[in-house]
Amino acid sequence: MIQRMPTSSAAAVAHPAPGHTPPQERIIEAGRRDSRYLLELWHYRELFYFLAWRDILVRYKQTAAGIAWVLIKAIVTLLVLTVVFGRVARLPSDGVPYPLLVFAAMLPWQFFAGALTDCSNSLVGNGDLISKIYFPRLIVPGSAMIVNLVDFSISCVVLALLLAWHGFAPDWRILALPLLVALAAALTFGAGLWFAALTAEYRDFRFIAGFVVQLGLYISPVGFSSSVVPENWRALYSLNPLVGVIDGFRWAILRGTPDFYWPGLAISVAIAVLLLASGLWYFRRTERRFADVI
Amino acid sequence: MPDVVLNAEGLGKHYLLRHRIAGYDTLREKISENLRRLTAARRPPPGPREAALEEFWALRDVSMQIRQGEVVALIGRNGAGKSTLLKIISRITEPTAGRLRIRGRAASLLEVGTGFHPELTGRENIFLNGAILGMPKTEIRAKFDQIVAFAEVAQFLDTPVKRYSSGMYVRLAFSIAAHLEPDILIVDEVLAVGDAPFQKKCLERMSEVAAMGRTILFVSHNLGLVRSMCRRGILLENGRIVCDDLVEVTVARYLEGLEAVASSNLLERPQRRGTGRVRLSRLDIRDTNHAIKSSVEAGQALQFVFHTTGRLPALTCSFTIYDSVGQAITCFDSALQCDPDPANNADVPPFVCELGELFLTPGRYRINAALYCQDELLDHVESAAILDVDPGVARARPVVATPGYGSVFMPHRWMGPC
Repeated sequence: MIQRMPTSSAAAVAHPAPGHTPPQERIIEAGRRDSRYLLELWHYRELFYFLAWRDILVRYKQTAAGIAWVLIKAIVTLLVLTVVFGRVARLPSDGVPYPLLVFAAMLPWQFFAGALTDCSNSLVGNGDLISKIYFPRLIVPGSAMIVNLVDFSISCVVLALLLAWHGFAPDWRILALPLLVALAAALTFGAGLWFAALTAEYRDFRFIAGFVVQLGLYISPVGFSSSVVPENWRALYSLNPLVGVIDGFRWAILRGTPDFYWPGLAISVAIAVLLLASGLWYFRRTERRFADVI
Repeated sequence: MPDVVLNAEGLGKHYLLRHRIAGYDTLREKISENLRRLTAARRPPPGPREAALEEFWALRDVSMQIRQGEVVALIGRNGAGKSTLLKIISRITEPTAGRLRIRGRAASLLEVGTGFHPELTGRENIFLNGAILGMPKTEIRAKFDQIVAFAEVAQFLDTPVKRYSSGMYVRLAFSIAAHLEPDILIVDEVLAVGDAPFQKKCLERMSEVAAMGRTILFVSHNLGLVRSMCRRGILLENGRIVCDDLVEVTVARYLEGLEAVASSNLLERPQRRGTGRVRLSRLDIRDTNHAIKSSVEAGQALQFVFHTTGRLPALTCSFTIYDSVGQAITCFDSALQCDPDPANNADVPPFVCELGELFLTPGRYRINAALYCQDELLDHVESAAILDVDPGVARARPVVATPGYGSVFMPHRWMGPC
């Protein structure tokens, strides 16, 4: 191997840029874990913000109603669920107005459904970036989460209006809401990471994610109270981690629920922790292959 | 050695290829598909598209050291492994073998405009793209005016880039990338874009970056540019480094290699695509007296003679002529038969393509050739032959080299006030 110093035009070598300190050395080899991943995520923190900002900005470009679509979607869904479950099926409402019962559940549900879909499509949707530029890949599903958190906050405003309309004031329990949002986010992000990484390699998971979202609406207590589930089936029903999250939201927003099923919430927390930890592990394990398989 | 910024030891990258035996990505197939639509002839459906797994080392045992401030050219034919090496250096993909030590941040101009969003305005895209390339917001803000001035898009900052002309788009994209200050800058064939004044500006910017003591890895098929920009050249062939020396030495070696492969038996070429049911065995260039020639005068008649390992009823042959910087000049396809073509004769080699007059300006040309059977690609050989064109006379008019001003001569006459 020839190691030759360049001759004339490399006079610059003798005068390196002022203030240019020799940077840290990085080693790249097969299967090596980069110990500075967190540091790097921090370095790229602005990209989180920019990708989310791009997606929010772009989503409603060339639409007349713009961001109002979030409201329209929420209100129409609310009306349909209220009419179908409250009026037609005449399910019990645990003593609160039926629209409030439904909307308190729609908040976490729509967040979950939107974020899971966006996460699982996020890597493929940004495939050109991933195959051409390096950045910590975790940013891509991460910013999909941020976009959905923004939608979530808009829905929270709708909730406030709806509470005011019904003259319903929440009590101290509402203070638990941030914790429940964190639980919903952890659960969704964990599942989203699995789906994102799997979709990058096997596009089948895009359909599976759609399926989960479609069926999930029926097997989660969104349009009805989970008190309609017989007592001895509650534990089994709570294996759907969204049951605990949705019940929690109702408990926090609607001044508690008559017979709150605490084991359900515990199961949700356990599943969320498990999903998040395993999702991070699987994502980190496969992310180095994304550029090759996408 | 304190000033080594990039040190590769035995780097390798290995892919499992699952390729469709019948591809659908060549010009020839597009043409035949269009013709079929024109004639609307009924055809049997295409055969089963099988998948085959092939193990492929895109990069093998690559070791090199690059020092702070060096401007190094990576040279090699398409598929030699240049892009794979750059992708490993810029951390997009991981090597399968070996180790790479990098001091500092490597940023690549692999594809300018990656991450541009068509719906966003120029201003928004500058911030977005800067963030994607790893520039902090404060740095982008500080360089914003420079970027805009360099790209010459000041009036269109608040227009969505989807309404930009392609020239503006590329200028803006390059401008953002050019204002990055990475420790190692990777430039991959991006200077082929934009008009001449902008290219000149890009080159000046690269020299500036180099003068700041930054390291540059430069990939281009434009050998003149490579020679003027770089001191050192690394030649890659089939994923291995075959030459690492002064750029003149490497370029000469590269050109030699192109000629050497051109003169050898085509069956010995390892790098080829296609199913291989029939292969190209030889490509000769002859004059009309059937004498094999290595160079031909402009304006003369010549024949391209393609020998194959067998014959099939629907076998067709196509080839493309490229100029010295890799630009396709013209292509020929035996599937496009017309009346004056004589019927196949068992005595001649499968394919002879005769040009009555060679309308190319003097210079060196490369020929890629392929065999097809209906939609099936049987064989594809890069640089199947080198064609050297000498100055000559066509239609009583001298044909001379016009470097940089095209390579095709058109029969013409001048009428003027005499």
